[in-house]
Amino acid sequence: MSHQDKREKKNRKKKTPIEEHLGRYDIRISGAGGQGIISTGMLLGEAISIGDGKNVSQSQSYGPEARGGATRADIIVSDGDIYFPECQEIDLLVAFTPEAYEKYSTAMKPDGIIVADKNAVNIMVGQAKVVTVPFIEIATKKFKRPIVANIIALGFISTFLGIVSQKSIKDAVEDRFASSSHLELNMKAIEEGFKLGREYKKKFS
Amino acid sequence: MALNRISSDGHPLMFVQGNEACVQGALHAGCRFFAGYPITPSTEIAEGMARELPKLGGTFIQMEDEIASIAAIIGASAAGARSMTATSGPGISLMLENIGFAYMIQMPIVVVNVQRGGPSTGLPTKLSQSDTMQARWGTHGDFTSIALAASTVQEVYDMTIRAFEVAEHFSTPVFLLLDELIGHMREKVVLNKHDNQAVVKHAFPEIPPEWYLPYTESLDLVSHPAPFGKGYRYNMTGLVHDRAGFPTSIPAEITERLETLRNKILKHKREIWQLREYYTEDAKYVIIAYGSAARAARGAVESLRLKKTKAGLIDLKSIWPFPDEPIKEILDRCNIKSVIVAENNMGQLIHPVREMLGGSVKIASVNRYDGHPLEPQEIINVVKEEIYA
Repeated sequence: MSHQDKREKKNRKKKTPIEEHLGRYDIRISGAGGQGIISTGMLLGEAISIGDGKNVSQSQSYGPEARGGATRADIIVSDGDIYFPECQEIDLLVAFTPEAYEKYSTAMKPDGIIVADKNAVNIMVGQAKVVTVPFIEIATKKFKRPIVANIIALGFISTFLGIVSQKSIKDAVEDRFASSSHLELNMKAIEEGFKLGREYKKKFS
Repeated sequence: MALNRISSDGHPLMFVQGNEACVQGALHAGCRFFAGYPITPSTEIAEGMARELPKLGGTFIQMEDEIASIAAIIGASAAGARSMTATSGPGISLMLENIGFAYMIQMPIVVVNVQRGGPSTGLPTKLSQSDTMQARWGTHGDFTSIALAASTVQEVYDMTIRAFEVAEHFSTPVFLLLDELIGHMREKVVLNKHDNQAVVKHAFPEIPPEWYLPYTESLDLVSHPAPFGKGYRYNMTGLVHDRAGFPTSIPAEITERLETLRNKILKHKREIWQLREYYTEDAKYVIIAYGSAARAARGAVESLRLKKTKAGLIDLKSIWPFPDEPIKEILDRCNIKSVIVAENNMGQLIHPVREMLGGSVKIASVNRYDGHPLEPQEIINVVKEEIYA
């Protein structure tokens, strides 16, 4: 066994949630139109696909209205071919509104996990494990921009769950805002998300 | 740091929607003219062409409606530009009159239909495959159409290039049938690293302009009318015409014109046919589908195979002319018990399948038309019914 093979074997030992699920890992990001749900799905999909080199299909569902209305983005991750590109049983649900949480929390896998904004969970629904995080509150109070709540959430799921590498998600966000005046804001938001994810991971393990 | 968007063998990588992959394919195929009118779920194609064409010296025009859009791309093609439009069902309905004109004057154009629910304005943001027959029989008169399809974002890129090749080769309109799910879904696409234009333009006529007849078909029956603006003067009309392009009512010339329009495609249909098979070698139950329905069918087949059910899939990449011979060849060599046609409509592809099999094999169907994609389980259920039938 060459040195490189050994190193690869060592790296392989630590399995990400996606690898543990073998087949496919179904992620649904959900909320209201205008919250940046589809952009969030796109960034996560791009980071896992181009950055982490896994197979990803990202689809979405939205109504004819531009704002309001229920919106969701589905990201299916797999080491093999992805056939059906929408979530069947959800491994990870990210919910930004009570409607989204209540609608999809019953479609979870038994060992699935829900990461919800604090305002989204009024009453507990379904059996899945729920972690509530004040994404919108932090975005509003610390960054004065509620819209960066989804970028904080992306950073959070990276360090809390390890479903996307920190480098890939950071690069994807940087590429997205490279020529925008909001680059610095979004880079700070993703770092905030990384930090939060690490804190919660300590708290829950 | 930016994401590394180059594959290990040097090809550019993108994580994009089917619609954006269509833009990349069209540009790679040398498309330099796009006229269109935005409509969900095809708008991203127009947006992408509007952004990219000017950079390449091409032309994008947002027209006042779909009738003008199709007229503009036929005109651009007549002047020698490789041209395309993209729309959805309601737009195709408006374009059909001029699509018939393009069949008649033998003008290569690519028409992308990102299908949504109908009839009328139907379901703008939801998927459907209910324009399958429209792509075959949409405009009036006797004619033969060509329609291609794709079920992954990579295939959208590849089949868009293919659509230009086929349009150019047969000098006729080609439909690319996508649907809302495939058009809006994001997946990784590997682009061709060579930036040369993939499709070779047909050679310019060698005879002097004064002797030129636009519709003198060669042995392959295809006419390639010379581009306007280079001294080759001739008549272009939707009326049945003679070899010079002028209207005719001589029965022999009428028969020749109509048969040529049909035979130039049907005699070479093997060059158009394309399909993908999965687990068909020993299959007893074969699903026939295309586009997003084929993805659900693939999921169903994979699950059924895990449970040792001999299911297989034929995923069509060319819909019209219907690939009956290659499908029959596959069915003849496997141990077929039933054929299942899976579609996101009330049953359209099932008609050529029935015509092809003529009662020799049992045919079942799975249809969904509520704007949501077919799910693998729905197809599995129908296969199971066939097992216990």
